[in-house]
Amino acid sequence: MTGFRITALAAVVGLVAACTSPLDDGNAVDLNGTGAGALGSASDPTSIAYFQEAIGDRILFAVDQSTLSDEARVVLDAQAVWLTQNPDYSAVIEGHADEQGTTDYNLALGARRANAAREYLVSRGVAGNRLKVVSYGKERPIEVCSEESCYERNRRAVTVLSGALTG
Amino acid sequence: MKWFVLALTVLVAMLASFATAQSNGPLRIEITEGVIEPLPFAVPDFVPNGAAANEYAANLSRVIAADLSGTGLFREAPVSAHISRVTDFSAPIQFADWKAINAQALITGAVSVSGGKAKVQFRVWDIFSGAELGNGLQFAGPVDGWRRMAHKVADEVYSRITGEDPYFDSRVVFVNESGPKNNRRKRLAIMDYDGANLQYLTDSSAIVLAPRFSPTGDRVLYTSYESGFPRIYVLDIGKVTRRVLESTDGIMSFAPRFAPDGKTVVFSLSQGGNTDIYNMNVSTGSRSRLTSSPSIETAPSYSPDGRQIVFESDRSGTQQLYVMPATGGEARRISFGKGRYGTPVWSPRGDLIAFTKQASNRFHIGVMRVDGSEERLLTASFLDEGPTWSPNGRVIMFSRETQGANGRSSLYSVDISGRNLRAVRTPDGGSGPSWSPLQR
Repeated sequence: MTGFRITALAAVVGLVAACTSPLDDGNAVDLNGTGAGALGSASDPTSIAYFQEAIGDRILFAVDQSTLSDEARVVLDAQAVWLTQNPDYSAVIEGHADEQGTTDYNLALGARRANAAREYLVSRGVAGNRLKVVSYGKERPIEVCSEESCYERNRRAVTVLSGALTG
Repeated sequence: MKWFVLALTVLVAMLASFATAQSNGPLRIEITEGVIEPLPFAVPDFVPNGAAANEYAANLSRVIAADLSGTGLFREAPVSAHISRVTDFSAPIQFADWKAINAQALITGAVSVSGGKAKVQFRVWDIFSGAELGNGLQFAGPVDGWRRMAHKVADEVYSRITGEDPYFDSRVVFVNESGPKNNRRKRLAIMDYDGANLQYLTDSSAIVLAPRFSPTGDRVLYTSYESGFPRIYVLDIGKVTRRVLESTDGIMSFAPRFAPDGKTVVFSLSQGGNTDIYNMNVSTGSRSRLTSSPSIETAPSYSPDGRQIVFESDRSGTQQLYVMPATGGEARRISFGKGRYGTPVWSPRGDLIAFTKQASNRFHIGVMRVDGSEERLLTASFLDEGPTWSPNGRVIMFSRETQGANGRSSLYSVDISGRNLRAVRTPDGGSGPSWSPLQR
C-alpha cells in the first residue's frame, strides 16, 4: 500500500473574461438585399428603388444549381443595361442558398451563384471592377417556411447597389 | 498526513480480508456496440472540512453524478435511498448498506476551502468486491473552478471503470443563435461541455460561423462577416483578442481548422465562384493550394497525425468524402452510400470519420472507418449537421435545426454507438459546436 497518493493538480482554472467589445461594423453589407444606399423614388429611373422594382434586383436558381435560367438572363440583361446607363453605381452580388444543405457547402454554392450572375453582367459589358460578390450560404433566408415555395425564393442572387461615391 | 496513512493502512487491511470473501470480478464497463445496462453508482455529498466548504460539498457530488449519468453508461442510486451517511472521509465504508441499495460503485470525497483555494479528495469503491478501485486522489485549485474539480473526479471514475480516456473536463465553443429565422443573430460563445459557465466571445453585430478549437484549446478559428465578406479570424481565448488571417480583396475564406501542430490552418478559399482547399501558416500567412478543380472542395479536417486531410467535394456530381495527403495531391473517395456526404471530421483516436449525410430529405450524423467501410448513421432528423468529437472519441456533438417558420437550432450529443441522444443545455439556440481537447 502506497498510502494516500497526493496529486496536487496545480491546474489553474483559466476562465475567460466575458467580452462584449463591439466589433467594427463599418463595412456592413445589407443583409436582405434591400439596398445599401439611399433608395430614392421608384419614379426616378436612376434610383436604387427603380432598379429594385422596375429592373429587378434578383434572380432565382434551381435546387443545387448555379446555371442561369432564361428568366434569370432576362433580368440580368436589364440589369446590365441599367448599370451601363448609371455608371456611378457599383454593386455587390449576394449569393444565397436554401436551408437544405450544410453550412460550408451552401457558402460555396452561394459563391457559385453570385459569380454566375457577375460573369454574365461582365459579358454584357459591365466593368468587372464595379461588381463584387459575396456568399451568404443559408445564413440569410428571406422566406422562413421549410417548403419549396420558400426555398425557391431563397435560392437567389441579389444585386445590391451602392453609390460609387459612397461605396 | 501521517494520521491519514495510518488510517488507510487499517482500512486496507480490513478491505483485504473482505475482498477475499468475495469472488466478483473487477468493477468494469466494457463499452461495446451492444445494449448496456447502466452501472448503478452512489455519490453521497462530499464531506465538508470546515464551514467554508459547506456550499461546495453537495454541489461537487451533484456535478459528478450528472457527468456520469449523462454518459448513459451509469445510473445514480438516488441520495434519498442512501442508508449510510458518509460524514467522515476516513471512516470505513459500510459496504452492506451500499449493496442493499444495489450500488455497484461508490464515490466518497471531502472538500476544504481556504484563501480562495479549494482542495478536493476522493476515493472510488467497488461495492461487490468491497475494495477501493485505484487510489485516492486530491485536486487543488481556485474555488471558482470547483466545477472543473468535480469534472476531474468524474473523469477519473469514468476512466477507471470504462478503461477509456475521459472527457468531462472540457469546453465547447459554438455559435449562439437568437432571433427569428429571417433575422437571426449569431455570436460566439464558450461553455463547459455540460453547458455551465457560458461566456460570449463576440457580439452579434456580424454573422459568425463554425468556431474551431486549436489543439491546445487556447485559440479558436472562426468565420466572420465583419468586413462584409466571410473571412477567417483567429481568436485568443485568454486575451479575447482576434485578428484576420486572410483578407485579400475578392476572396472569401471559410471552413477553417487547425492542423495538429497548431501552426497550420486548412480552410476553403472561394474566388471567381470556385471553392478549393488551401493551407496557411498562422504566423507567416504564407498560403499553399491543396486542391485545384472546378468543383466545390470544402470542410477539410486533418487526421490526428497531421499526415492526411479528409474533405468533401462535389467533383463526382454530388457531395462526397475524400482523403488526400496533407500536402495535397491525389485524393481517394471514401463515401459510396446513397445520398450526399459533408462536413467530415477525423476522430481524435484516428479510427473513425464523423460526417453529415443528406438522403431522402433527411439529415443524419454518421461515422465510418477512415477507408469508408462500416458506415453507421447515429441520428436522423429534418436537419442534423456539423459533428464534433469529444476529446476521447466516444461522443459526438452536433447541431439540430427544427423544421418550419419557427425553426430553431440547438446542440445535441450522441454516443458513437448511436445511444444516449441528449440535448445540450444552452440559454438560446446553438450551432457549429467545436469540442475542446481535455483541459490541462
